[in-house]
Amino acid sequence: MLVNNFLLLGAVLFCIGVYGVIARKNAVLVLMSIELILNSVNINLLAFDQLWGRLDGNTFALYIIAIAAAEVGVGLAMVLLIYRNRKSISLDDLSEMKG
Amino acid sequence: MFFAVDEGAAAAHSAGWFLEHAWLIPVIPMVAFALIILFGKKMPMKGSEIGIASMASSLALAIGVTYQWIQHVGDAGGEEGSALGRGVAGFMRTLSEGGGEHATIAPIIKKWVWWQSGGTEFGVGQHIDGLAVMLLLLVAFISILVQIYSLEYVRGDRRYTHFFASITLFSAGMLTMVLAENMVQLILGWEIMGLCSFLLIGHWWEERANSEAALKAFWTVRVGDIGLLVGTAIIFGASGTFSIAGINEWAIGGDASKTALLWAAVALFIACIGKSGQFPLHTWLPDAMAGPTPVSSLLHSSTMVVAGVFLVARLYPVFHTGLDINVAGQTFNLIAVIGGITILIAAALAFVQDDIKKVLAYSTVSQLGYMMMGLGIGAWVPAVFHIFTHAFFKCCLFLCAGSVAHTGSHHSFDMKKDMGGLRTKMPITFWTWMVSTAALCGVPFFSGFFSKDEIIEGAKHNHYTIFFIVGLVGAFLTTAYMTRATYLTFFGKARGAAAGEHAHEVHDAHAHDAHVAHVDEHHAPAHGFLVKTDSPALITVPLIILAFLAVVAGYLNAAPFHIEKFHEWVGSSVGVEVPEAAVFEWINAVPSIAFVALGFIVSLLLTKAVFGDADSPLKGLTTRSRALGAGHKFLVNKYYLDDLYEKVIARGIAHPISKAAYWVNQNVLDGIVNKVGIGSRRTGEWVYRNIDQRVVDGAVNGSGAAARGTGDALRPLQSGKVNQYGALLFAAAAVGAMVLVIVNT
Repeated sequence: MLVNNFLLLGAVLFCIGVYGVIARKNAVLVLMSIELILNSVNINLLAFDQLWGRLDGNTFALYIIAIAAAEVGVGLAMVLLIYRNRKSISLDDLSEMKG
Repeated sequence: MFFAVDEGAAAAHSAGWFLEHAWLIPVIPMVAFALIILFGKKMPMKGSEIGIASMASSLALAIGVTYQWIQHVGDAGGEEGSALGRGVAGFMRTLSEGGGEHATIAPIIKKWVWWQSGGTEFGVGQHIDGLAVMLLLLVAFISILVQIYSLEYVRGDRRYTHFFASITLFSAGMLTMVLAENMVQLILGWEIMGLCSFLLIGHWWEERANSEAALKAFWTVRVGDIGLLVGTAIIFGASGTFSIAGINEWAIGGDASKTALLWAAVALFIACIGKSGQFPLHTWLPDAMAGPTPVSSLLHSSTMVVAGVFLVARLYPVFHTGLDINVAGQTFNLIAVIGGITILIAAALAFVQDDIKKVLAYSTVSQLGYMMMGLGIGAWVPAVFHIFTHAFFKCCLFLCAGSVAHTGSHHSFDMKKDMGGLRTKMPITFWTWMVSTAALCGVPFFSGFFSKDEIIEGAKHNHYTIFFIVGLVGAFLTTAYMTRATYLTFFGKARGAAAGEHAHEVHDAHAHDAHVAHVDEHHAPAHGFLVKTDSPALITVPLIILAFLAVVAGYLNAAPFHIEKFHEWVGSSVGVEVPEAAVFEWINAVPSIAFVALGFIVSLLLTKAVFGDADSPLKGLTTRSRALGAGHKFLVNKYYLDDLYEKVIARGIAHPISKAAYWVNQNVLDGIVNKVGIGSRRTGEWVYRNIDQRVVDGAVNGSGAAARGTGDALRPLQSGKVNQYGALLFAAAAVGAMVLVIVNT
């Protein structure tokens, strides 16, 4: 069992996710990128579980999946409301918090 | 008979079912709150029935608790089976019995572990003693009356269900705090009340003033709440316990460090200042009148604002020992001084209000000052008794004001513009108002007399002469501003909405658009109607009940008649040795009665001269005297510049005083002051050059510049762009990961 391959996959997914979060202007795509990051972490957890033959990581992964679902639910609801109010989901327009 | 209790068995072992299960009292409204929020809108009465049912069950339990507590006290004091079992109002009916010397009665404490952290257990539970029982009964009773009143008052409101949810949660919070077994639970209840206060003041948040008032109330009280957390932390650090019984034992035990006690008392008192609207932080309370009237009545007069007073009374040993109250030779202490200042400042402000609810709000602040002062001078029982009596008559006064606005002046609270002459049109409201006013002013044989006069007496008896005088002046001012408010509202000619003006847009069924009108409550009424009858029964019945209690509640502890029931039932909660109360003699009550009468006469004459029908030279003084206008601007603030009454008071009272003061100033003081002044100016200049400019300013400017520089440097980071924040986050995570890798290899 080559753990390396899994870790590599995780790293690639993570990088894609980070790129998405930093570079995309569309709120939905940013949310999707966050999902990618979370899932890359899941893959890492499972890979290490395989390596050490334990179950802790599996448990964590299950929790992460549940929390990710909840998080994306909230996130999409917010995006929907923002769209309804502004007719746009471009993150560049959402800079009210500028200091 | 409502509660059949086996007297013999109850005495020996168990204190009785109700006392053991008093914790149910706050739990019921809490559950009701959840039910109203979840299902309220689908219910036939939009959730109000759940609120009222829960308060009714809490009240029933509270009555049971009271009944058994009285029995418990009787047993502990060695009294044989008292004839209390005459039903629900047992609390009220034992007046004819003689009081015995009360022994120390152990509170009934129950607790469960809530959570554990680092070996410390945080519990919830109940600490039932006289003080808790009294407030449980009081809060449950006032709550249910206010909820019944609200059925009519907020009928048709757009957030009807939420109103009842919040007001039920409020009662739950207050009840939780009242029977709290430990400080953590007390803080929980305290904060729930703060939250509900915010929700209810801002109930009509569409109007900006209302939501700002809500925020102001919330944040002002929060400032004080820091003191509560700090005080609790100090106590926990010093005594190692959160339990209220434990803290009180620790405070009188003698092992406690004096410094810890002092600072704990000061910190906790700051919280009380915020919550109970005492002097520096009293400003939120009048603004809180932006909420619906039932809210003002329940939260901001009779229950929530006494939380601060309750906290002092609850942890009295801490304050008593920490602030050296009643130590021989002490002439003032923090609590008494703050209370005294509050009495005078708030009462003076009540004169310059046009809004009837604001008069009552300042009156509440002033009466809370009495309670604090009572606690500050060691008159624990009268102060707590004043909580009890004040709740009834102040609640009644607020509900009267609401009744007037609801029926008589069309949602306007402006006494000058929209009231007057309502005496004959709204007889029930008028008479209940008069009874409660008499109680508030301390007219003999009304309840306020028995509590307030005892506080004033206590100040003299315990050698706090300054506060004796403050109390008397406060009594004078109280009567004077209440006379003014009464005259403006109920006597004279009807004005504005009360006279049926603004009648260009007549609505025959105004109840249906009440929510619209409520939102515009502080605006000029858009549509008027001529008042013909009194308010509906849902409003007047609570008024009558409260007015009745405003008279009879005082007879629980009527010193002139040697009735000391309240002292017997509640007095054991004090937890520390306080001086015995003075033996009542009518001759001692003469000054306060005289001051009340004087206040009435002076105020009546002035008010009649200004607002009466007859021509009077006092009329129109404002426009003629510029100096008076400026003097009053200070008191009234700019909204009330055209206010005649204030100018008259200023002419009649303030002007001669200021003239006399000016004369003394010019002829006597100036010589002394000039000499002292020259000396101090030289010192001052030296200090200014060397210390202020160089040391203090340098440090202050330096820290300011440093903060500004840091701020400027960091500002570009707050771009508001999510992507940049994300990039920063990941960059930081990457740096962290690299550090980890380097450290581990």
